[in-house]
Amino acid sequence: MPLVNGGKIADDSFAKLAVDTPLPEGGDILVPAERFLGEADALLKRTGKVGVIWPNNRDIGELVPYLGKIAVVALVFPTFRDGRAYSQARLLRERYNYRGELRATGQILRDQFVFMLRAGFDSFEVKKQADAEAFMQTAKRYSVFYQPTGDGRITALHRRMQLRHSEGVGT
Amino acid sequence: MYAYDEIDRTLVNERVSEFRDQVKRRLSGELTEDEFKILRLQNGVYLQLHAYMFRVAIPYGTLATNQLRALAHVARKYDRGYGHFTTRQNIQFNWIKLAELPDALADLAEVGIHAMQTSGNNMRNVTSDQWAGVAPGEIEDPRIWSELIRQHTTLHPEFSFLPRKFKIAITASDHDRAAIKIHDIGLKLIKNEKGETGFEVLVGGGLGRTPFIGKTIKHFVHGRDILSYIEAILRVYNQYGRRDNIYKARIKILVHELGIEKFSREVEEEWQHIRNSSLQIDDEVIEDIRSRFTYPSYEKLPHMPDELRQAAADADFEAWRKNSVAPHKVQGYSIVTISLKPIGAPPGDATAEQMDALADLADKYSFGEIRVGHEQNLALPHVAKRDLPALWKALDKLGLATPNVNLITDIIACPGLDYCSLANARSIPIAQELTRRFANHELANLIGRLHINISGCINACGHHHVGHIGILGVEKNGEEVYQITIGGRADEGAALGNLIGPGVKFDEVADVIEDVVEAYLALRERPDELFIDTVKRLGVEPFKERVYATR
Repeated sequence: MPLVNGGKIADDSFAKLAVDTPLPEGGDILVPAERFLGEADALLKRTGKVGVIWPNNRDIGELVPYLGKIAVVALVFPTFRDGRAYSQARLLRERYNYRGELRATGQILRDQFVFMLRAGFDSFEVKKQADAEAFMQTAKRYSVFYQPTGDGRITALHRRMQLRHSEGVGT
Repeated sequence: MYAYDEIDRTLVNERVSEFRDQVKRRLSGELTEDEFKILRLQNGVYLQLHAYMFRVAIPYGTLATNQLRALAHVARKYDRGYGHFTTRQNIQFNWIKLAELPDALADLAEVGIHAMQTSGNNMRNVTSDQWAGVAPGEIEDPRIWSELIRQHTTLHPEFSFLPRKFKIAITASDHDRAAIKIHDIGLKLIKNEKGETGFEVLVGGGLGRTPFIGKTIKHFVHGRDILSYIEAILRVYNQYGRRDNIYKARIKILVHELGIEKFSREVEEEWQHIRNSSLQIDDEVIEDIRSRFTYPSYEKLPHMPDELRQAAADADFEAWRKNSVAPHKVQGYSIVTISLKPIGAPPGDATAEQMDALADLADKYSFGEIRVGHEQNLALPHVAKRDLPALWKALDKLGLATPNVNLITDIIACPGLDYCSLANARSIPIAQELTRRFANHELANLIGRLHINISGCINACGHHHVGHIGILGVEKNGEEVYQITIGGRADEGAALGNLIGPGVKFDEVADVIEDVVEAYLALRERPDELFIDTVKRLGVEPFKERVYATR
């Protein structure tokens, strides 16, 4: 599956490990939540970056003590109709101040990019090559946002206020 | 009326352009039907029994005349010349072609109408009192808050893929015309002891196969905190709502399983994290939205104009006036309900010609404004009393002056098996037959206020649980069977009806309803004891005896 990172199709340096895959000597690894929590000290000591694949039905609060030490949190959309990972993403970015890579995995289509960007995702394992290629174009589809999220985009309500005030200054 | 500005219009146009791309990808096979399904539902497009159905939002039930004309245009150009007004302030078109949908949406976008989130597992069209802003005694116009919540919940990045659909309704009056107790979140605008505006918040109401009346989760949430409080409820629901079984995925099940106390503690905890965030609403923002609602320049008019006094001699006019005309907060004006329930016709349908003509009448007599209510009727909210006789004559010519508002033939019904792929039984023919049985206005008037609600399946789009008489069609051994409940209501005293006995066959329904009504006429204490009050006083038993004694 193509990875979109920083708005471009990129190589994925992370190897995905299962619960029981032997640990490679070096290199970047992505490990399931269960394994990460069980072996955190050992995993964080080795060379190479460590990321976690976090299921959408597990309390994201459990990951908080490690957020400063991990490079990637990969959240899961088992089907694109299941939106639990959007809430987890916002909690990571807005409540827990996570600044590392936040990756969307699972059934990722171009039709979710805007929602995901707004929720704080910045990297995407995309199901279809054509969708990955359409990333930049699709991500710019909307210029108006009604609700505040941690992505910092100005909301329609506040843009109206700004327009109103700037008109006030002009007259 | 609320005026869209450039910002709102831009968003609607961006949405149309996105959907055009999605339809194109579906038609080319790039998107599978399974992938497309969710995307089209989020744009109000269902695949029904015969064709695609297209559901358009009428936020809080307010329409301008150019918007009603645009709906007529869509009915005429892309459909078969009519539309169906639903119980949630939407209009549905039944025969639309997928390839033409983006054009229909683009035509509607020109007048600030859209179909965003009229379906799908997201926050649906926000509904409110169809008399908002004109009803005497309301706290304030609930549409200001409805619009704020509409904006906040539109394309919300976190809540567009919820466990199930999610419905919010708002009222600002003691008499609840928005049916807030049967919504996922019901909001009642109130003032606290300091005179500040806020909301009583109810949660977990809903109909369908597991009906519940909403419970109060908080007695007062300040207006400035309402978005954060809703967001907290939604976040708890998004995380903990069941996703393994769609029948158990609504918030009412979560509230029921956790209990309202535990659920409210979860919400409270989440709320404390976010209530002082950017979700807190500045007074300035509220004032900005308030300023974009414009109100008519009412004239100073007499309470009882000569025109009305003279028309009172006409018995037909008086019959209509008595049940269609309601008091207005401004002296000399009235709110006029327009029955979309002519005898023998499907409830809630209007033709393109009727919509166009109504738009003309609204321009002439109601400052260009029309309302849509959950009873599947329309209303003109600002009619000068002196104009009532002329308006009545014009409506009568259009077949829109049936004097049956709130009477037994003012039936709420879903489209049923004639249109809907979910339905197990017909609704419309039952409604049609009942309107014929009770067509006599004298009789209907003698019976008084009585609401019949009909659903063609357990999903309860016809709100049968909360009909004074509820009729639910089910399928049993390949046959349509109808279960009858009595005692339901959707207003401030919301209650679920009780079954009167075994289901009856299609051909027997009208007879049974006649029996129930006859029983009521015999049992009521006084002529002004309403059906619903007699049922409350006596319970199901005497009605059951009357219906089943001879069957």
